[in-house]
Amino acid sequence: MWELIRANKRNSIVLMGIMAAVLLGLGFVIGLAFFGPDAAFFGLIIASAVWILLTLISFTSGDQILLASSKAKPVSHDVHPQLFNVVEEMSIAAGLPMPKVYIIIDPAPNAFATGRKPESASIAVTAGLLGRLNRDELQGVIAHEMSHILHRDILFVTLAGIMLGSIVLLSQIFLRGMFYSSMSGSRRRYSSGKGGGGQMQLAMLVVAIAAAILAPIMAHFLYFAISRRREYLADAGAARLTRYPEGLASALEKISNDRSPRLGSANKVTAPMYIVNPLKKAKSVKLSDLSSTHPPISERIKILRNMSGGASIANYSEAYSKTTGNRTIVPKAALSKEDVAIREAGAKAEAKEAKQMHQIGDIMRMVNGFVFLTCVCGLTLKVPPNYKHDKVKCPRCKKILDIKGV
Amino acid sequence: MIPLIVIGVLLVLVVLFVIGIYNTLIRLRNQVDNSWSQIDVQLKRRHDLIPNLVETAKGYMQHERGTFEAITEARSKAMGARTVSESSQAEGNLQEALSKFMLVVENYPDLKANQNFLSIQEELTSTENKIAFARQGYNDQVLFFNNKIQMFPSNIIAGMFNFGKRDFFEIENAAEREVPKVSFS
Repeated sequence: MWELIRANKRNSIVLMGIMAAVLLGLGFVIGLAFFGPDAAFFGLIIASAVWILLTLISFTSGDQILLASSKAKPVSHDVHPQLFNVVEEMSIAAGLPMPKVYIIIDPAPNAFATGRKPESASIAVTAGLLGRLNRDELQGVIAHEMSHILHRDILFVTLAGIMLGSIVLLSQIFLRGMFYSSMSGSRRRYSSGKGGGGQMQLAMLVVAIAAAILAPIMAHFLYFAISRRREYLADAGAARLTRYPEGLASALEKISNDRSPRLGSANKVTAPMYIVNPLKKAKSVKLSDLSSTHPPISERIKILRNMSGGASIANYSEAYSKTTGNRTIVPKAALSKEDVAIREAGAKAEAKEAKQMHQIGDIMRMVNGFVFLTCVCGLTLKVPPNYKHDKVKCPRCKKILDIKGV
Repeated sequence: MIPLIVIGVLLVLVVLFVIGIYNTLIRLRNQVDNSWSQIDVQLKRRHDLIPNLVETAKGYMQHERGTFEAITEARSKAMGARTVSESSQAEGNLQEALSKFMLVVENYPDLKANQNFLSIQEELTSTENKIAFARQGYNDQVLFFNNKIQMFPSNIIAGMFNFGKRDFFEIENAAEREVPKVSFS
């Protein structure tokens, strides 16, 4: 597990280095084309400035922006004891401090983790997820998110995302700049260089345009490679933490079979953070294309179910090779021999679908501050937070109930 | 003059290196101790939950006095345990008594529908899980710590400052080695 974290860090730094080289190279080429060979470093400065600016923004308020834009609300133990307990269990298993717990008011089942350091991490799950999964499945999902925190994935995905954003932004600015300057037909001011520079300039321009088109594509592929790989590793980590791969497998199956509308608050930027891609409809997930932030869900389920010998990282890697036919996804250093037995199922029977929808509604009301009162006649009253009076009459037995006392 | 400066710089680097490894070892040892205390925290929590559980269930299960007595007795024995082996024996018994109790509960649908009981049940399930995960987490930390003090170069510093290997948590009782199956939800 520890070797995995370290190898992960190393690989991420290499990938980040390549991305940084792409960014700076792009800046340099654009500088050459725009300002001529004497002032090419201008491009470098602009590229670095864009990158530093975006990094600063996301470092100072990145997770707050993400949590706010996904409509997540912080919850206490009382709102959903089971969720809270499961998060605590997984933080104990991972040896991490307890993260903050959020519930997203949305019926689509999904979850994500955020926070650059384990000490300031948060885990958010949707009400739809809580209503549908049993205890073991919820544990699997939370363990997956906890593994992201443990592997320091959030930091690297964030950094890689910023790098990608900078590259896209830079090439957009350049291409648009080119477009407008050629539209207006004005003579390019940088062509007033030394004699003989004209042809060179033209060549540079072509190179710059090609770079501006190709760089974002390349960066996308790198970004997706980082993101997909980390999803697999988080699955492996989840199986190891819970000692129960079937929990996560069956949770993923339920999520992929779900027919509720897609998560309203997710967008292209936040999508890689979620446990399953919130933007894709379940049926189209079969495509294993290079431009996806998440591995195909059916494959992730198969790998988890193929883990026969045990729940260690090495067992996952074996199952991965068996399922996909590829070589291992796990860094070599992390494939230490470890004897980790799979435990038995804990949770059993689950509610019917209608009851599940009912539960989801209740969870959302709890998060929104409704007061739940149980009358002596057995009826449960759900009082909205904007109800002004102290007492409420039970509609069935007409008894007057005190709200403030609860 | 120049050789002196080179030697000086090298010395400073070595000292910094040693300090760095020493601090890492201290941090790891604290983590090991912390995860050990986490096990105790959870065991204590289990003891605290039991009176509540018995109180809630008593009204519904008048004919199960024997079961309650077994739990209460196992609890007080576990709380009074002094040595580690005594404690692990007593905690094992307590766990067994609780599992039996939860099997009996299946015959009392009224109790199973009680909101208060359900929430205690969730807390108890979670506490059992936390005990198991705390043991698992402790062993992970110990493995990492032991590797660190055996591997080069940290083994030199560990030897200099007497960092000893830590023991893994092992369950002596073969029956208990099976991961506790507490399925009362």
